[in-house]
Amino acid sequence: MPVDVRAEVLSNTRLSSDYNVLALAAPEIGRIAKPGQFVMLKTAEGLDPLLRRPFSIFEILRSDDGTVAGISLLNKRVGAGTSLMFDAEPGAHMHVLGPLGQPFVPVDPPSEAWMVAGGVGLAPFATLAEALVERGTPMTLFYGARSASDLYYESWFERLGARLALTTEDGSRGERGRVTLPLDRALAARPSGSPVTIYACGPTPMMRAVAELGARASRPVFVSLEPVMGCGMGGCYSCVVPVRHGAGSHFVRSCLEGPVFDAASVVWSGLVAHA
Amino acid sequence: MPSPRLAVEIGALRLKTPIIAASGCFGYGVEYAHAVDLASLGGVAVKGLFLAEREGHAPPRIVETPGGMLNAIGLQGIGVHRFVREKLPELRRLGATTIVNVCGSTIDEYCEVSRVLSDHEGVHAIELNISCPNIKEGGIQFGCSLNGTYDVVSAVRKVTSLPLIPKLTPNVTDVASFARAAEEAGSDAISLVNTFLAMAIDVETRRPKLTNVMGGLSGPAIRPIAVRMVYECHQAVKLPIIGMGGIATVEDALEFIIAGASAVQVGTANFVDPFIWKTLTDGLDLYMTRHNIARVRDLVGTLQVPGREHAWTES
Repeated sequence: MPVDVRAEVLSNTRLSSDYNVLALAAPEIGRIAKPGQFVMLKTAEGLDPLLRRPFSIFEILRSDDGTVAGISLLNKRVGAGTSLMFDAEPGAHMHVLGPLGQPFVPVDPPSEAWMVAGGVGLAPFATLAEALVERGTPMTLFYGARSASDLYYESWFERLGARLALTTEDGSRGERGRVTLPLDRALAARPSGSPVTIYACGPTPMMRAVAELGARASRPVFVSLEPVMGCGMGGCYSCVVPVRHGAGSHFVRSCLEGPVFDAASVVWSGLVAHA
Repeated sequence: MPSPRLAVEIGALRLKTPIIAASGCFGYGVEYAHAVDLASLGGVAVKGLFLAEREGHAPPRIVETPGGMLNAIGLQGIGVHRFVREKLPELRRLGATTIVNVCGSTIDEYCEVSRVLSDHEGVHAIELNISCPNIKEGGIQFGCSLNGTYDVVSAVRKVTSLPLIPKLTPNVTDVASFARAAEEAGSDAISLVNTFLAMAIDVETRRPKLTNVMGGLSGPAIRPIAVRMVYECHQAVKLPIIGMGGIATVEDALEFIIAGASAVQVGTANFVDPFIWKTLTDGLDLYMTRHNIARVRDLVGTLQVPGREHAWTES
């Protein structure tokens, strides 16, 4: 059951002029959250902004003794609400509703887990990586961004045991180009007998490209979609995503049936046209 | 359970409190059952139902605007038959007072949906949706014409004995005349307002922010207009009124009640705070204690206009 916590901002780590990690004292949510779940965040009291916005839970924060102290959110400043999140000072309060949505199901060995992240799409993978480590599942993080200064936390994933495949569009770090380049190569090199499950989060065209690569290689792909959302609780029918239904498609609410979807069930043409 | 003094009657419809979850903002109610005790609400107005399932509009379906939001969902829904099979038993089990929002492309469809609902236990009232601004056929077509309003209500009146509550649109010049048409056609109550037809444009791309181009404006931005319309209707008809439009606090709800609403609906504010119901119910109870009011109905339509014996609409 989701809870609404008026959470204190514990810290705000600016990673660049656009990205930050906001730590919120919401242990009630952190204790029960599963990988890939999200919260609805109200960044300010009052009417501006009015509605909450959805954010993937980034980290589960723990005290030195291991007790859960809260959650963090990976944020990119793009609009009014995300600017308030970027500018927030410790001691401020925000309303956090969660955890919400269908989680990633971490795959067990002998399957490997390949996580494919684009930019701020890294957010749901920290909790997934921890769950994979617990299971002993070998994991790789394919992580792409515009340039070297937009890649964060890659050493955190490396310390956890993830292999890294980094790409930047300007070639300032890792391979030059899109994150689908190393993924495509890795899929081609993979013997068909050794199972891999792919998890992806990032811009919609990136997720669509990953879905197509996975389908071509007959590998399961799970994506975490980020449509515009009104309530996060199934009340408003704003956040619908077209999924395959018989010969056609059908809109389902991503707050209830997602945000994690089997990529093969998503009607990508319908999603990209309106995203 | 809420205090007994919060109970209200809307014709034959008995509500535990005057605070109802608004249609289109609360799914089919069951979505919230893990977080909210549905039996503690005055009522649950479920999402609008046609006879058949509907897909609704392509996203984006909402956009935030100052103090409010536009929506063009397009009445996506499971249709009345799936509703009575899949949702109604759960609503009954949870003790919800269920108000079903009924839609139609034709008068026959309104009647047929109402007939199906009348055959099932657990439906406490019908709210006739003649005011959705987002669909091409039906809905607002009827709600924007006095004859259309009269014809739909009187036709449905013939097929159901359930309390009948047409939901009026504010997108008309004189909403009170529509309240009178609804009264003459045999309504038990009226609810208002549905959303205001509106637009928002992305100036960089020169594209509408909603796929449907236009949508309905809701939220605190519309509240003062909605209060005025409830006041006008209260002057014009004897029917009980269910008021709504941007209610986010107990003071907002009280404005509607003092203007003439016997009950209120809350929509957009539930998106912001799904636990708002207890805040509103407790706040209302506290207000009644503070003002020594025995029953909610003693507060309905008690607007005091200094220096005026009659409200301006009557003079």
